[in-house]
Amino acid sequence: MTHSVAVPPEPQLRPMLDAYAQAVAARRRTIAIGAVLMLVAIGLSSVGAEVRLDTFWDKIGNFSSYFERLTLLDTGARVWTDPVYWFWGLRRWSLQLGQTILIAYVGTVTGAVLGVAGGVLASRNLSRSGTVRLIVTRVLEFCRTVPDIVFALIFVVAFGLGPLPGVLAITLHTIGTLGKLFAEVIENIDMKPVEGIQGTGGSWLSQIRFGVLPQVMSNFASYSLLRLEVNLRGAAVIGFVGAGGIGQELIVAIRKFYYSDVSAILLMLLVCVMLLDFGSEKLRHRLLAAEQAR
Amino acid sequence: MSGIGLKAEFLAQRGRMEAEHGPALIGKGPGVGSAAVAIAGVALYVVGLYALDISPSRIWHGLGQLGLIFALMLPPSTGGHFALYLDALGQTLSIAFLGTLLAAILSLPFGFLAARNVVASRVVHVLARRSLDTVRSIDVLIWALIWIDVVGLGPFAGALAIACSDFGSLAKLMSEAIETADRKPMEGVAASGGGWVMAIRFGIVPQILPIFASQLLYFFESNTRSATIIGIVGAGGIGLHLYEQIRVLEWQQVSFLILMVLVTVAAIDFVSRRLRLAIIGRRAV
Repeated sequence: MTHSVAVPPEPQLRPMLDAYAQAVAARRRTIAIGAVLMLVAIGLSSVGAEVRLDTFWDKIGNFSSYFERLTLLDTGARVWTDPVYWFWGLRRWSLQLGQTILIAYVGTVTGAVLGVAGGVLASRNLSRSGTVRLIVTRVLEFCRTVPDIVFALIFVVAFGLGPLPGVLAITLHTIGTLGKLFAEVIENIDMKPVEGIQGTGGSWLSQIRFGVLPQVMSNFASYSLLRLEVNLRGAAVIGFVGAGGIGQELIVAIRKFYYSDVSAILLMLLVCVMLLDFGSEKLRHRLLAAEQAR
Repeated sequence: MSGIGLKAEFLAQRGRMEAEHGPALIGKGPGVGSAAVAIAGVALYVVGLYALDISPSRIWHGLGQLGLIFALMLPPSTGGHFALYLDALGQTLSIAFLGTLLAAILSLPFGFLAARNVVASRVVHVLARRSLDTVRSIDVLIWALIWIDVVGLGPFAGALAIACSDFGSLAKLMSEAIETADRKPMEGVAASGGGWVMAIRFGIVPQILPIFASQLLYFFESNTRSATIIGIVGAGGIGLHLYEQIRVLEWQQVSFLILMVLVTVAAIDFVSRRLRLAIIGRRAV
């Protein structure tokens, strides 16, 4: 068989082949070490997470049958044969769902407004003092890292049961997440308009109002909308710890095995989440178009 | 020069400019539509404050309580349960790791199913997308409650719950990465006689693997946070202790547990940022 590629003579070929073999061996070694580390990690975490494969195989049927049970009324009939009976609590659930939506909305708006302040103070180009910047950055990081439901747990003790602790928990978490994103947006703006306003004698506030805000508004709005989607999902479960909304009803239904109630509430929740996602996507596309037209 | 003279000059100047360049954009303000949206938004906010029974006096009273709680949190203390808490933290990390891994394994095939350029059938990929959206919309705490019902209380249910809730998002991200992947390597493999599997293995997988790996690390970070809370509903980890200590108002231990979580999350973030840089290079981060 003839080679169409020119093969160099043996003395030249040898070092090349050796180098190739070495490179391949090094790569294999890295992969082998990685695989061993991975296996060790899997082993350790399986012990840590108390993985019980035998129970899993025994009970996996329960998982699929759980979804089947979700479609059964307590009379034994399928839920869709009697929608009125299935959604017996429609009025009450709608009110609670409305409360959940309001918790998410009020929390997001308050968090976004405060997040703008946090973002301005945490941004490298607008913040006046390094100390303030450092402190605000740390506070934002704290608000972001502690999950909203943990805030809710503590706030329920301080503010009492009801939607107020839920709103505050979502607000605090939103300040943390949006504040960081806003600071990044602000750090990427064009500073010339700001300098222009500074040059004509505008105050710090006017610089932000007329130099910064027009550049960042559409980005801020679309990040806030995204956050609203996340917060609606969060507000739905924040009731698990007594912080208002439909979560309270949902956890009772799950814990007490009222399967048809669980499916009805989940269905309402899913429809709500998807409607919001859809609307917010449309709005964000319009914002993006406005941004590109500018 | 008097103010009136200045204004007249400004208007004359503006008239000349508008005659040359068309009507001024400044001073027109946003349209009626955005004004209506803004008013509706503020109205909804006010309605929300009223409907949720949020009043300054309640907030003020609660803030006083919160200040008291904060004072009681200092100094953080283990209450003699350090070993127990450390064990719970290990459990939390195990849940996050196993959950992410399981989600990754599950999401690979579904990512391909939901990608438009791999599966030709529109029905299949729309169906796959919709079911992934549904899975994604269910919160990890709800998944945890369902899995507790199946395998019983404990961290195993937590790991399965995290796997389920991440599976939806990871598969969606995967399918998007596959759709934006360059088709040419795939065509090249096909042209040199490779089959469909070969085309995917050598044409697509090398392109999406770095993206996938860095996404996985992100998910591991965020799962460490999620794994700290699923204990609240009984699915193992440090959340269980956090919940119990808040219940019995042991604030010093609560603050210690929160600090433990913060330090762990910061450490994981640091390590995973390093790994991500190593995987996809400095530029792409």
